[in-house]
Amino acid sequence: MLVLDKINAGYGSAQILRDVSLEAKPGEILCLFGRNGAGKTTIMKAIMGLVRTTAGVITLGGQNISRLRADQIPKCGIGYIPQGRRLFSELTVEENIEAGLLVSNGGQVVKQRVLDMFPPLKSRLDQQAGTLSGGEQQMLATARALAIEPKVLLLDEPTEGLQPSMIEQIRNVVVQMRDEGVAVILVEQRVDAVLSIANRVTFIENGYSRETLNASVLNSDKSLLDKYVGV
Amino acid sequence: MEFGPNLIIALIEGSVQAAVLTLIAVGLSLVFGVMRVVNVAHGEFFMLGAVLAWAVASFVGGHPAVSFILALIIAPLLVGILAAAADILILKRINYDPENTIVATIGILYIIQQMTLITYGPDARPVEPPFNHRFSIPWFEYTEQGYSMYWPWGLGTTSYKLFVVAAAVAVIVLLWLAISRTKAGLMMRATQLDRDMAQSFGIPVDRVNAIVFGVGAALAALGAVLIVPIQQAHYLMGGEPLLLAFIVVIIGGLGSLPGTIVAAVFIGLSDGIISIFFAPTLAKILSTLLVAFVLIFRPQGLFGKAVR
Ligand SMILES: Nc1ncnc2c1ncn2[C@@H]1O[C@H](COP(=O)(O)OP(=O)(O)OP(=O)(O)O)[C@@H](O)[C@H]1O
Ligand SMILES: [Mg+2]
Repeated sequence: MLVLDKINAGYGSAQILRDVSLEAKPGEILCLFGRNGAGKTTIMKAIMGLVRTTAGVITLGGQNISRLRADQIPKCGIGYIPQGRRLFSELTVEENIEAGLLVSNGGQVVKQRVLDMFPPLKSRLDQQAGTLSGGEQQMLATARALAIEPKVLLLDEPTEGLQPSMIEQIRNVVVQMRDEGVAVILVEQRVDAVLSIANRVTFIENGYSRETLNASVLNSDKSLLDKYVGV
Repeated sequence: MEFGPNLIIALIEGSVQAAVLTLIAVGLSLVFGVMRVVNVAHGEFFMLGAVLAWAVASFVGGHPAVSFILALIIAPLLVGILAAAADILILKRINYDPENTIVATIGILYIIQQMTLITYGPDARPVEPPFNHRFSIPWFEYTEQGYSMYWPWGLGTTSYKLFVVAAAVAVIVLLWLAISRTKAGLMMRATQLDRDMAQSFGIPVDRVNAIVFGVGAALAALGAVLIVPIQQAHYLMGGEPLLLAFIVVIIGGLGSLPGTIVAAVFIGLSDGIISIFFAPTLAKILSTLLVAFVLIFRPQGLFGKAVR
């Protein structure tokens, strides 16, 4: 579905990604594992058109999307939950969700469905997003991305700074999206928290994509995890 | 005249100044808030609005009310389109780099000013107000029979001046509603808060920028159309409003609309009052001093938030 084929990308003259290839398939969770600074977030930004690719192509359902403007990418059905949430902090909870609805034109029905997935947000619709707790902010960032009714969902370290019960909740939503046929790319530092729900894993190291394996292999053999994530 | 009637006059004149200054400063503040662009050419968009109002009025002729209403629509529209074009052709190309933008808008300032000098000439020209009913305002004095009402000589105003204030209030309220209640306003605020994330939610930030720059300039032009029946159009008239608008946005807090409105009303009114009781120069000196104090003791402005 979403395919990166030998992508190069970087910031200004600093090249970060080199020959990155990976593929997200519908109804699957692809996890990207790698050390700090390996380039995982940059991969997400390259998909979203926020950093320019200098070589390679990104295709979605066979269509080349690597030359689209950044604001056209979400309209292809890619939802993004960035690292650090990056909510529109001075807008209300409701307005943040409405920002997601701009893309899907989903209106009240979609809004209601998204809120039903995160009941704690319902009583806080008029609260400024920046004043939410960390867990609530992550819910809102997820709700905002789901409001665009994505076919592909990018999650960049969604469990960062969250307590176990919240991690569990996020994990359930991710699994639910997968089971509805969404292609999920999930970046995580906490391998133990997500390995059980991953279908495949691609390791990222120094801006290169390395092995891609079925997650079941990693459950029995931890040596690759030691090598790329260094637990 | 005694103190009381004098103060009423000063308040009315000050309100007219404040109304127009609010429109100009809100335009400047909007552009800075969303685009982080310090638009040095903002005063020239104001001047262009006045000159275009004169052009429309003299081209159309007929009853002043008809040509004035046309000017009220056409001048801001043309100025807005021109500004949006300048954004797309110039500011976007230099990537809104802060220093380059200042240089570029200084360039735009001189281009507009000199083009106006060449085409419109160096004369100041009046535009007839659409209506200009003069009326007197009563005052009270204490006599042996108690308080009695009388009409002091010179205490009065015109219906047009009151209209200017009402029109500015209406425009600001409409703008406020548009920003806080509409989809376009949501796109604008999202762009202001996080450009990248706005794009990741399908907001065409380039178009938002062009529209915001256009609307900001159109607000200045609108202020000019409103004031030109009182002040006349002249190719150098953009300088002072630009200075005052900068004073206002610094005091109010750059990019904060409520702060800008409060500061514009304050500066406009105090400018009117000090000018009438003392001297216009003193008014400018005091407001510039106030800016200096704000910059020293509260650089984010009275209503702004500390820099993140
Ligand atoms: N805006 C930027 N400008 C220049 N270099 C950047 C920028 N953002 C990231 N980098 C560099 O790109 C490299 C990859 O960063 P990236 O954020 O993609 O890593 P990551 O794998 O997501 O790390 P982490 O696990 O810490 O989030 C790093 O060396 C980083 O310093
Ligand atoms: Mg990262």
